[in-house]
Amino acid sequence: MQKHFEIAGKKLKSRLFIGTGKLPTYKIIPQMLSRSKAEVLTVAVRRINPDSKVENILDYIPKNAVIMVNTSGARNAKEAVRIAEIGAEITKTDWIKIEIEADTRYLAPDNEETVKATKELSRKGFKIFPYITPDLITAKKLQDAGAVSVMPLGSFIGTNKGITAKTLIEPIIKEIKIPVIIDAGIGRPSHAAQAMEMGADAVLVNTAIAISKDPVKMSEAMSKAVESGRMAYEIGILKEEDYAKPSSPLTDFLNN
Amino acid sequence: MFSDIISLELKKFKKIKRDLNRVSVSYEEINEKSLLKNLNSKLELERLALKSKEITDSFFGKTVLLYAPLYISNYCVNGCSYCGFSATNRIERDKLEDKEIEKEMIALKEKGFDTILILTGEDRIRSGVGYILKAIKIARKYFSEILIETYPLEQDEYKKLIDNGLCGVTLYQETYDKNLYLKLHKFGPKKNFEYRLNAIERAVKAGIKEVNIGPLLGLNKNFDFDVYMTLMHAKHIQNNYPEVEVSLSYPRMRSSVSKIKTYPVTDIDFVKIICLSRLFLERVGINISTRENAYIRDNLIGIGITKMSAESKTTVGGYFQNSSDLKQFEIEDSRSLNEIIKIIEKKGYRPEFTNWVKI
Repeated sequence: MQKHFEIAGKKLKSRLFIGTGKLPTYKIIPQMLSRSKAEVLTVAVRRINPDSKVENILDYIPKNAVIMVNTSGARNAKEAVRIAEIGAEITKTDWIKIEIEADTRYLAPDNEETVKATKELSRKGFKIFPYITPDLITAKKLQDAGAVSVMPLGSFIGTNKGITAKTLIEPIIKEIKIPVIIDAGIGRPSHAAQAMEMGADAVLVNTAIAISKDPVKMSEAMSKAVESGRMAYEIGILKEEDYAKPSSPLTDFLNN
Repeated sequence: MFSDIISLELKKFKKIKRDLNRVSVSYEEINEKSLLKNLNSKLELERLALKSKEITDSFFGKTVLLYAPLYISNYCVNGCSYCGFSATNRIERDKLEDKEIEKEMIALKEKGFDTILILTGEDRIRSGVGYILKAIKIARKYFSEILIETYPLEQDEYKKLIDNGLCGVTLYQETYDKNLYLKLHKFGPKKNFEYRLNAIERAVKAGIKEVNIGPLLGLNKNFDFDVYMTLMHAKHIQNNYPEVEVSLSYPRMRSSVSKIKTYPVTDIDFVKIICLSRLFLERVGINISTRENAYIRDNLIGIGITKMSAESKTTVGGYFQNSSDLKQFEIEDSRSLNEIIKIIEKKGYRPEFTNWVKI
């Protein structure tokens, strides 16, 4: 298996990115990272409180972890840009996940506003990871706008439904040159493995780890699934067939 | 505006209620009919709570947001027959000056709060929009999320406050039964039922990020009506303005502190109301204040609620300097923030303090 994969100028070993949003405690973050070997954590700017008298999530994130801040709560490009800049300043990261959701019921990303924000923030030199409803044309526009990756949703956030948008994500993986990270909807290790088998470069998991009974162990389970899925993808996944194929082919003798 | 459709909702309510014995109880997908059926039925509470917990955890995670209310003025020109701050009550009136507001806010910030709810009575002269604006400007120095619970404002007034850092508006309709409303609110601008009802949408049109609505349980003999209408109101906001975060509160009146006849909602019905609200509007925020006692609050963590106030004072000021005993209502849970934090953590949840970006 490939030792590293490159994204936004960084060489990473783990293709599992972990979200911090719904965790029962921030204290387990270091354990989660050591058990799962994940290197990238996403943190919502709206949850960071640098002058907190009680708790600041940044105090729990190991120095060697890569922080990707997200703009969750932004309703349009203008708000996202502002939130991104504040987040980058507080955390000293330039990895920004653009998350613009103008519908609080489905938390459906607004692709149009996301393209706008990506253009502006890429121009300013940030590494932009836009979270989108899977759409090939939007993905192309984002690539042209300077995004370092695209993050299509597998299903809506928090739904644990798996990669129900598979047929829309496949052409993105096939046609887009920048890394594709499947984000949202991954509820089980098998979903994470499936993302890897499809050829996604990485997955981002939050809910399925955070609200499980044991987030530390679940992060490890997800990590193993990501590894297996990726290994199989690199070997080459076999095609599905309509008819049975005997394991010892009948015409094998002709090859002798 | 919701006032345009409330009569339709009323008709729908009556129709469903008339045919209620043809509807069956449901623990899965809840629609208007099963909602009302469930509100009026004996339910398997454990089953309901488990479902409510599952949905809450999945949408909100293992977290509970903590916030602090700060009363800055209790001047009030309304005659609400159930309220301690009513104009007819001969109580000492007080409002905080700028410096006092700042001292109170610093005291709250020092405790660890990052979300503040600023409250006033209704008095456009002594606590005018300019006064509220000043309080918001001070709050902006310390808090990342600023909410208000004041009298209803005009759209351009909301806009001005939002431009200066306001994130959310809390406004309770008290009851959606107009006749009862007119009976309970004897005089003052609050007598205008529709003006209050539409205030939330004026705030939304002005660009507010969050709204919090609810009835005052105990006023209406038929709590199912007010709960049903609150949910229809919330649904109306969600459907028409999906970008807005909607939350619900179900403050309960206690008969012991009220001068008027009240219809207390039992603990069982209260839990039912919270869980059914969760099942009906999955992604809605649900608040619980310190009006509720420690026992109820602790046990509701993880069963549907997403926000809690803590260490509340319902007197004007009271965090930095001691204030008089003029309360709007009695606080049932007066435990310290640290105690509340410990309880939340013991339940396997994380107390969340920060809910927005300090801009």
